Amino acid sequence: MLNFTLWDILSNLLLAARWTVLLSLIAFVSGGIAGLLLLVARVSPVPPLRLAAKLFIEVFQGTPLLMQLFIVFFALPLIGIETSAWTSAAVGLTLFTAAYLAEIWRGCVEAVPKGQWEASASLAMTFPEQMRHVILPQALRIAVPPTVGFSVQVVKGTAVTSIIGFVEVTKAGTMITNATFQPFLVYGLVGLIYFALCYPLSLSAKALERKLNVAR
Amino acid sequence: MSPVKTPLVKLSAIRKSFGPVEVLKGVDMAVEEGQVVAMIGRSGSGKSTLLRSINGLERIDGGVIEVDGECVDPGQIDLRALRQKVGMVFQQFNLFPHLTAGENVMLALKVVKKQDKAATRAAAESALAKVGLGHKFDAYPSQLSGGQQQRVAIARSLAMAPKVLLCDEITSALDPELVAEVLGVVRKLAEEGMTLILVTHEMRFAREVCDRLVFMHGGRIAEQGPPAELFDRPSTPELAQFIGMVEAR
Repeated sequence: MLNFTLWDILSNLLLAARWTVLLSLIAFVSGGIAGLLLLVARVSPVPPLRLAAKLFIEVFQGTPLLMQLFIVFFALPLIGIETSAWTSAAVGLTLFTAAYLAEIWRGCVEAVPKGQWEASASLAMTFPEQMRHVILPQALRIAVPPTVGFSVQVVKGTAVTSIIGFVEVTKAGTMITNATFQPFLVYGLVGLIYFALCYPLSLSAKALERKLNVAR
Repeated sequence: MSPVKTPLVKLSAIRKSFGPVEVLKGVDMAVEEGQVVAMIGRSGSGKSTLLRSINGLERIDGGVIEVDGECVDPGQIDLRALRQKVGMVFQQFNLFPHLTAGENVMLALKVVKKQDKAATRAAAESALAKVGLGHKFDAYPSQLSGGQQQRVAIARSLAMAPKVLLCDEITSALDPELVAEVLGVVRKLAEEGMTLILVTHEMRFAREVCDRLVFMHGGRIAEQGPPAELFDRPSTPELAQFIGMVEAR
């Protein structure tokens, strides 16, 4: 019987954790971009755009992330789009992140006083100009702490992609457990890795919140 | 003065309801170039709503608004041309808090009028100098007093070179000692021939500066004319009562 040292286990987990970090980054960045577009549609003066964005957000907030990943991974091939575990995980998490960020940011846009819309409208600015120069710069300040806070949810959300076979740190933990029969040790280490990733994010969200509150 | 003068601002049969409440019941009004008109009346009489409809901040339900050849009717969505001709100053100043006084004035010149950097800078400097705040170009709104903020807001509107300036109770949010500096700026604009439409509670100011007073009551213009005439010989009991109330303060 093979023997595994603690370092064997940890080093393999850490190698897999790279993919957790990379997937989190991809989901957060592309989800952020898609979320911004979704936000603009959600608060735009065009009713069909608003409705479409609202529907998208409601669907992704009202269903489990696991279902969303299943649909991307199993359903897309049925209509002829071949997807790997990698792309499915990235696409699924991106859509999930976009929906939540758009809704978080909508709250921030609505926190900007109505007089700012009226003053900029009176200066003959169009909706995109108002957003770009007046509303978003003010909403951004309010948005930073909850956005950083939400990034924790994205990191933890990557664990779910292990179900569709994407090898990130949780999936690696399962595989290593199957070889070592030491679930408590392995999953304990997996948990510690997640904590090491998420705790600094939580801390910085709190610090940013304090800092921006003082500045106001 | 030429005998046939088309009015600069012409409102015809303006109607507006908020839900079941009709706040404007078919208002007609004309303002000629260079005129200074004050709208007075109790709160709820429709005066602010009427003012805000002139630049399309309130969508009207019926009637036509015409400002220097630009029209607004209930179906109109594109208000850009009209709004370049109509400036507006608000009760709450509504300066952009993330921009300095100078940047507040320059923003629309750059974004809407597409003027180059040197031109916007020069226009903003002269607009701020005009309201006596040339030295506050780099100050943020939070560093200015209420009166100074309101003067920056006036400069921001003036820099766009509007044909008419709408003032919506612009001194109501100010401490009493700051009212005079803002009214002083408005008085100067009136003397220079700017067309002004004001909603105001400053009766003494209205009497001294305005060419015409418009008394609104129940969503209609109840009475209008030269201030002295209206104050001394009100022809409706509503206006007589309103003047009594104001003067008792």
